[in-house]
Amino acid sequence: MANTAVADPESGLTRAQLAQRYGLRVAGERPSLGEYARRLWAYRHFMTAYSRAKVASSLSNTQLGQLWQVLTPLTNAAVYFLIFGVILAQHRNVDNFIAYLCTGVFIFMFTQTAASNGTSAITGNLGLIRALQFPRAALPITVTLVQLQQLLMSMVVLAAIVLFTGEPITFRWLLLPLMLLLQTIFNVGLSMVMARLGSKVTDLKQIMPFVMRTWLYASGVLYPVALLREHLPGWAASILEWNPPLVFIELARYALLDSHQANLVSSPMRLWALGLFWAVVMGVGGFVYFWRGEKEYGRG
Amino acid sequence: MAEQTLPLNAGPVTDSGRVPTVVVDDVHVIYRIHKGATGGTSPVTALKRIVSRSKAPNIREVHAVKGVSFTAYEGEAIGLIGSNGSGKSTLLRAIAGLLPPARGAVYTQGQPSLLGVNAALLNDLSGERNVVLGCLAMGMHPDEVKRIAPEIIEFSGINERGDFASLPMRTYSSGMGARLRFAISSAKKHDVLLIDEALATGDRKFRARSEQRVRELRDSAGTVFLVSHSIGSIRDTCERTIWLESGVLKMDGPTKEVCDAYENQK
Repeated sequence: MANTAVADPESGLTRAQLAQRYGLRVAGERPSLGEYARRLWAYRHFMTAYSRAKVASSLSNTQLGQLWQVLTPLTNAAVYFLIFGVILAQHRNVDNFIAYLCTGVFIFMFTQTAASNGTSAITGNLGLIRALQFPRAALPITVTLVQLQQLLMSMVVLAAIVLFTGEPITFRWLLLPLMLLLQTIFNVGLSMVMARLGSKVTDLKQIMPFVMRTWLYASGVLYPVALLREHLPGWAASILEWNPPLVFIELARYALLDSHQANLVSSPMRLWALGLFWAVVMGVGGFVYFWRGEKEYGRG
Repeated sequence: MAEQTLPLNAGPVTDSGRVPTVVVDDVHVIYRIHKGATGGTSPVTALKRIVSRSKAPNIREVHAVKGVSFTAYEGEAIGLIGSNGSGKSTLLRAIAGLLPPARGAVYTQGQPSLLGVNAALLNDLSGERNVVLGCLAMGMHPDEVKRIAPEIIEFSGINERGDFASLPMRTYSSGMGARLRFAISSAKKHDVLLIDEALATGDRKFRARSEQRVRELRDSAGTVFLVSHSIGSIRDTCERTIWLESGVLKMDGPTKEVCDAYENQK
C-alpha cells in the first residue's frame, strides 16, 4: 500500500490539526457561559441531594443531632442579648430589642456562613474535584443551600420569638420569602467569589473571621444603626446604607417587626431597590467570576 | 500495509485512516502541593521569608508530566506502566480534564471518565446514600439512580455479611469502602475510559468480578487506558503499552515489546 507523503494527503498534520479533523475537543475546556449554566442546571439533583446529605452528616456525631439546628441560633441570640441587651443596655434605644436582635443575628449569620464556608468550597473538596468532572459552581451553590436549610429552621424560631414578644402578624410577613430569595441569590454569588479567591489565596481562611466580625459591627445587628451614624462622618454613614447585610436585615425587620417601621435605615422602596441591586450584581458577577476560573480548580 | 510504528514524541503525525479518540500533544502538568508543617515554620522564619521575598517553603510545585505526546485510536486498550511517581495517574487526570496542563493540550472525543477507587464520598453517610450521591455526581438522572442503586450494592457485595448498606461508610473496612467506590464508578457507560489501579481492589472473589466488569466496560467503550503495577493484567488486557519514567514518555508500542523492555530493565 502507498505509504509515501505524496500519496497520503493527510500526512504531515500536526496533532492539533489531527484533533480538529476528527472533531476532538480540548479536555477540561471551559464551556461558554450559557453552556456552563445549562450543565449546572442539569446537576441540580446532585446539588440538592449533596446539600441534604451534608446537613444530615454535619450533626450526626452529636448527641442532640438535628436539634442543634434550632439550638445554635437560639444560643447565639442569647449570648448577644446578654451582652448588648442586658450589660450594655441597648434595649433602651430600641423597641422590642429581643426581636430586633434575633432578626439581625439570624439574617447576618446566613450571609456570614455562606461567605466563610464558601472560602473552603474548592479547597475542602479537592478530592471530589480531582476525581469527577462536573461544573465546579455546584460546590459553592451547595454551600449556600446547606445554609439556606439551616436558615429556614432559624426562621421558624424567629417567627415564634417575634410573636412571643408581642408583634402582630401583618400582610408584610408575605414579603419575607421575597427578601430571602434576594439574599440567597446574593449569597450564592458571594460564596462563588469567596470560593475562587480561597482556592488561590489559602491564607484567606485565617483572615475571614476578622473580616466577618468587622462586617457584623457595621451591619446594625447588635445595636441600632442610628448609634453608628452618630459617631461616623456623613460620607461613611451614606456608604453604610449600601451595606448589603444591613439592607437585607432591615428588609427582614420591615417585613416582621411592626415596632420597627418608624426606625428603618432608609425608606422601604429604597431598601427593596438596594436589595435587588445587590442580588443581581453579586449573583451575576459572582457567577461570571467563578466561571472564568473553571479550568484551574483542579490544580490546588 | 498501513504503518505499524506509532510515532514517539513530537514531530508531525501521519494519518493512517484510523479514528483518533485521544490526542495528547506535548503535555506538561504541574501541580502545587502544600507540604503541611515541616521544619522552620516558626513565626520568625515566616517573617524572614516574607521580608526576603522567597517562596513559601510549604508549597512545592511538582512537574509531574514533562512533554508527553501520543495519539490513541478507537478500539484500543492502552496500558500505562512505570515506577511509582512516574506520572501515570497524573497523566490520566489530565486526559480526563481534571488537572489542567500547564503547557500543551489534550484533545478527546466526548467526556473521558476516570475510574478510580478514591472518588471522595461522605464518610458520615450510609452506603446507600453514598451510592445515590456518587451516581448523581457522575451526571445520572435521579430515576436512573433509583433503578440502578440496588444493582450497585449487590455488585459491591457489602451486604454479604449483614446489612451494611444502611450503616455510615466510616464503619466500613478499607476493602469494603474501596469495593463500594469501585461499584459506583463502574456503574456508568463511558466513551473513553481511564482505569487507575481499580483492579487491585478487594479480595480475590471481588477481583474476578471486577475484572469481568472492566472487560464489559472495555467492550462498550471506544478506548481504554489502564494504569497498573501488575504487568500480568496489562499483558492480558492491552495490545499497546506506554512506558512513563519520571514524567517522560520512555517507550510506546506493542505491549509485548514494551513490557519485555520494562521487565528487563529491572
